[in-house]
Amino acid sequence: MIDFTEEQIERYSRHIILPEVGAEGQSKLLESKVFMIGAGGLGSPVAYYLAAAGVGTIGIADADVVDMSNLQRQIIHNQDRVGMPKVESARETIQALNPDVQVNTYNYRIDADNVREIIRDYDLIIDGCDNFPTRFLVNDACFFEHKTLISGAMFRFEGQVATFKPHADKEGPCYRCLYPEPPPNGLVPSCSEAGILGALAGAVGTIQAVEAVKELLGIGDSLSGRLMIFDALRMEWKKLKLRQDPGCPLCGTKPTITDLVTYEQACELQLGHS
Amino acid sequence: MQIQLNGESREIEAPTLALLVAELGLETRTIAIEYNLEVAPKSGWGQCQIHTGDRIEVVQMIGGG
Repeated sequence: MIDFTEEQIERYSRHIILPEVGAEGQSKLLESKVFMIGAGGLGSPVAYYLAAAGVGTIGIADADVVDMSNLQRQIIHNQDRVGMPKVESARETIQALNPDVQVNTYNYRIDADNVREIIRDYDLIIDGCDNFPTRFLVNDACFFEHKTLISGAMFRFEGQVATFKPHADKEGPCYRCLYPEPPPNGLVPSCSEAGILGALAGAVGTIQAVEAVKELLGIGDSLSGRLMIFDALRMEWKKLKLRQDPGCPLCGTKPTITDLVTYEQACELQLGHS
Repeated sequence: MQIQLNGESREIEAPTLALLVAELGLETRTIAIEYNLEVAPKSGWGQCQIHTGDRIEVVQMIGGG
């Protein structure tokens, strides 16, 4: 266990007094390494809360720069940062919040050539990206590298969150057990084409952050084997059972995917990570 | 037979999830199916029998972040 400074004891006191966390759990968080794909709508609350929680190392990948149209929901950025790489903007916000956190930035696209090597250094992966090729790539890479993946997605007024860790949970599914293949180009509109309620990002992203802290600490019930669906218009959360699909092309009994696959980007609007 | 589809009562002919998806004319590559509060594995849609009163919802694939 690490030796806390006086300041750390004060900063993390509300965690430390929780029996489920304690000094030991807080120490574990400070030694944890989390990798996030996307510093956008979902990545913003995830990065904020993980930084506040004292997750010791946060890696953030995003190839985009901050755009004025992001600020309606991507709360880790601000107006002065328009034009700045999102990963740099996120780093500045995180460091102002909590200097305990080491931020590693990846200001480029995650692809089949770099993803496995990058995630190998981390304990937990959080996907909040904005495109399907990256979602499938990250899922497959996590499967091959035996990394737990907390996946979040949102659209208009709806959110979906699930944890995938078939390496640790024998009956646990992967993302392809839910959606075996990416949708054909153009069949699923992007947020820039269809809109998104800004505060939805907070509702969905904070669920991802809560699950991340639980996975790092090994407490409570994992979301592995469940799909959370949030309907903001009805204000309803649903938790569905999500089984491993024996016919899954990646983790099923007769896998057809044995290496990373690169899918083409649907459109230029989705070129970034968030 | 009568089922609950996306929260509403509906009369359908299809005896299996695979045939229901076809009957409804859904694009299979962009959806998952919630069948009585579980996600029905896609590879099993052809074997998944539908019964009167079943609660079935179409889950749309979303990817925004």
